[in-house]
Amino acid sequence: MEPIIIEGTPKTPSIKFDTRDGVFEIKGRSIPENSVEFYKPLNEWLDSYMQVPLDKTVVNIRLEYFNTSSSKCILDVFKRLEAIHRSKHDVEINWFYEEDDEDMLEAGEDYDSIIKVPFKMIEIVE
Amino acid sequence: MSFDLENLVSDLDIRGAVLYFKGNVDSEVINKALDMVEGKLFTTRETPRLRKKVYNVLVESLQNLYHHADNIPRGYHASRPDRFGLVVLEKLGKGYRITTCNFVAAVRVRELEEKLTRINRSTPEEIKEHYKEILNHQEITEKGLGGLGLLDIARKTGHRIDFRFKRYDDLNTAFRLSAVVAPA
Repeated sequence: MEPIIIEGTPKTPSIKFDTRDGVFEIKGRSIPENSVEFYKPLNEWLDSYMQVPLDKTVVNIRLEYFNTSSSKCILDVFKRLEAIHRSKHDVEINWFYEEDDEDMLEAGEDYDSIIKVPFKMIEIVE
Repeated sequence: MSFDLENLVSDLDIRGAVLYFKGNVDSEVINKALDMVEGKLFTTRETPRLRKKVYNVLVESLQNLYHHADNIPRGYHASRPDRFGLVVLEKLGKGYRITTCNFVAAVRVRELEEKLTRINRSTPEEIKEHYKEILNHQEITEKGLGGLGLLDIARKTGHRIDFRFKRYDDLNTAFRLSAVVAPA
């Protein structure tokens, strides 16, 4: 399956979901005014991936900032991962947050309480 | 003297503000404001925690104007009628205060006032649960998620949101919203 690779910008994260090397990552800032438009290609890619997922899918979320409209789009990504997990495939989400960034940790805990997928909170110590 | 949105912030220290802008809050304006504030917060050597909170609340405040400011009243002078607002970021003691002003249609005032009053009466735990409820169950619209921005501001600041309305005419009301980000 062709990977989806999107370069990051000051307002949108870099995205790399590549089944060849098993790297699934969203990284950077996600604060666009129109998040739905930005996340649409990723969610469409995941709709296809859900048909033939890897035995194990590990997704790394390394966000520095995200706005409330992105929060819903990220949840939509997680709901697709949850569907893969429900179909008896391993899925793991690694939620990275910087030391002292309790808001980012809390955001990860919010998703962990909503989505039935193993979540790992990983503190980045500088 | 005719009314200007600036009248709503006459008690603030605009001249000493970290950021002051009045006009049409489009994507370009938001980018420039965020860049400028981020640079200034770095040079003032604020803690990463405070910098991040201020930046986050500023993003939501500016995007609230972008998505939710109603058109200006007929006869009010501006280069464009849409997305017109005012934003002030001030250093306040060891923290920061972010204030935005915009026009809202008079018919929306009651709903907005009730929403903010409900937020201010809620405990941090209730705000968190309400946020999760909207996040998980409400469909996203072109204008984003109804009220999630305000809940996010309340959550990140941990303080009550100060707000006031000033009637402009029968159809339009000027609205001011302030949130304070304090150090831990």
